[in-house]
Amino acid sequence: MYVAVKGGETAILNSYRLLDAQRRGDSTIPALTVAQIREQLKLAVDRVMTEGSVYDPDLAALAIQQACGDLIEAIFLVRAYRATLPRLGYTLPLRTEQMTVTRRVSAIFKDVPGGQILGPTFDYTQRLLNFPLVDSEPPQPEPRVPAPASPQVSAPPDWVPRAVDWLNREGLIEHEPIPLNDPAPKDLTREPLRFPADRSTRLQNLARGDEGFLLAMAYSTQRGYAHSHPFAGEIRLGRVAIEIQPDELDFVLSIGDIEVTECDMVNQFAGSKDVPPQFTRGYGLAFGHCERKAMAMSLVDRALRAPELGESATSPAQQAEFVLSHSDSLEASGFVQHLKLPHYVDFQSELELVRRMRAQAVAGAQAIAHQEETGS
Amino acid sequence: MSACTSPSVPQADATTNAIAPYGTDGYNFAYLDERTKRMIRRAILKAVAIPGYQVPFGSREMPLPYGWGTGGIQVTAALIGPQDILKVIDQGSDDTVNAVNIRRFFQRTTGVRVTTRTVEATLIQTRHRIPETPLREGQILVYQVPVPEPMQRLEPREAETRTMHALAEYGLMHVKLYEDIARYGHIATTYDYPVRVNGRYLMAPSPIPKFDNPKMHMNPALQLFGAGREKRIYAVPPYTRVESLAFDDHPFTVQRWETACALCGATDSFLDEIITDDRGTRLHVCSDSDYCESRRAAHAQRAHHGGTPWTS
Repeated sequence: MYVAVKGGETAILNSYRLLDAQRRGDSTIPALTVAQIREQLKLAVDRVMTEGSVYDPDLAALAIQQACGDLIEAIFLVRAYRATLPRLGYTLPLRTEQMTVTRRVSAIFKDVPGGQILGPTFDYTQRLLNFPLVDSEPPQPEPRVPAPASPQVSAPPDWVPRAVDWLNREGLIEHEPIPLNDPAPKDLTREPLRFPADRSTRLQNLARGDEGFLLAMAYSTQRGYAHSHPFAGEIRLGRVAIEIQPDELDFVLSIGDIEVTECDMVNQFAGSKDVPPQFTRGYGLAFGHCERKAMAMSLVDRALRAPELGESATSPAQQAEFVLSHSDSLEASGFVQHLKLPHYVDFQSELELVRRMRAQAVAGAQAIAHQEETGS
Repeated sequence: MSACTSPSVPQADATTNAIAPYGTDGYNFAYLDERTKRMIRRAILKAVAIPGYQVPFGSREMPLPYGWGTGGIQVTAALIGPQDILKVIDQGSDDTVNAVNIRRFFQRTTGVRVTTRTVEATLIQTRHRIPETPLREGQILVYQVPVPEPMQRLEPREAETRTMHALAEYGLMHVKLYEDIARYGHIATTYDYPVRVNGRYLMAPSPIPKFDNPKMHMNPALQLFGAGREKRIYAVPPYTRVESLAFDDHPFTVQRWETACALCGATDSFLDEIITDDRGTRLHVCSDSDYCESRRAAHAQRAHHGGTPWTS
């Protein structure tokens, strides 16, 4: 005799214990500390901060540990915590042109004031597994070799102007002036996304969006699903000051630095009736070192501007409702995985329907066969 | 409060707070901060004022995943008070893992009394069912809604469906139902069957079986719908007309079973089919576990007093 399923509660509590055991792994191996994750898995930490929308390396490292290294789960943990935090104030817009750069490359000029600075990057590594690392302590990093003095470019100044800004001198690239009355941007974490969404709202959504999703969307624009002819105007990584201006003060306070990755993508634009041909921009910004994310974001940003630039918007990456409604890993992961939840009531209804329809189909076929037999 | 208590029905388990894996220090009563609750209550009030209309709200990232009831949880969290008695069901049952998890969440964050008894609860959060026991005035039924827009499968662009709602232009849905009839001879929608609320808005009743649709009509309880991922709240106030879409020559009908519940003998409840062995033997039992248990308890009592079982 069937007995109604009980014990869901016990099962849940046991699953917590099994999860703890899975997280710890072999207990003869020393446990990871949050500080180790923060210091040695920096790129994971940076992604969790970016898509988690909180700049806090310790919190991100804790989330990565708690999530057994599942970054989307870690982002979820950080987001759920973030949702409970009060808003103390708003910073002034970041002045990324004043960034202290550790990496800065432009693909559109051979050299630019401030120089090309390779910085820490996988770009020119040869992807060979370092087998000796398996069994031994990793070697300490080798000291930096001083760069040969360049005849044209002097040592980087304290801050370097954006490469794209040089195009402005000839009016070759669109200006992005501060809009009239500088309206406050919407806060997507406080208001739902509505359509049509303005660019600042779209950029906010993309900044929180899943890196893999944006990467695929950006890639599609390079393969004919959007008329995109991008050049990496500039990618820069470095620290910028966070500034606030409290109401009661008439001066600006710097409350600390954060590390960000910024990407300015330069795209062709054929011009229109009113605007002569010029270059247009796509923009990407991420916390920490998230270059793939920032570049993908800038390509998708540009693709989403198709309607306002008078381009036809027929490809997925150009359609704001498609891109912005599906970019969030929490929403996507939650809804895809909710299929694990019981659905047997709905399934029961479908079972009944399919049985009825099959019975009708069989009855119909029999009736036809009978008609043919009797020749009527 | 119901007088008929039964020993077979598990009562609120007060021990679960003690074995919570992580503390809840630093969180407000019912998790959400009071400002957020106010924002949600404002959305609920608007929803009640415009029955069936989807009110956008600033849905928060909850500590449970989107798609697992975050909309219902936010509505419940905005409404729940220390005096409330909470019941949480999923697929009609209090014991499915997701229902257990959500109930535990509110036990941890509010400490309110919980119950499995429909008649006892002041707040009922549900996924995919409406309890068989009729609700009464003063009770609130909170539905978890995955997709609030009834026409999303037909027109995925929200900007378009919003216009259709504004114009009360629901031809798209009628054409879909008509095409079902043309193709199959009947309407091939068995759950999340679209309804018209108060003669105005087309509304998704959430994925309840269409068997439950008639219960929404003129219900004395307040029915609230929360969609967390899609960031919408809507409502059916007490005693509001809720009509399932149909045609004059194809009236709305609900599922019926040829068997009775194998446990309580009910012939009027939604039955789940259970496969009991590897030869495919099937058994039908009530999906509403409280309804089933209450009926069995009543039988037992009657049998004790010399009555006959299997009569209700």
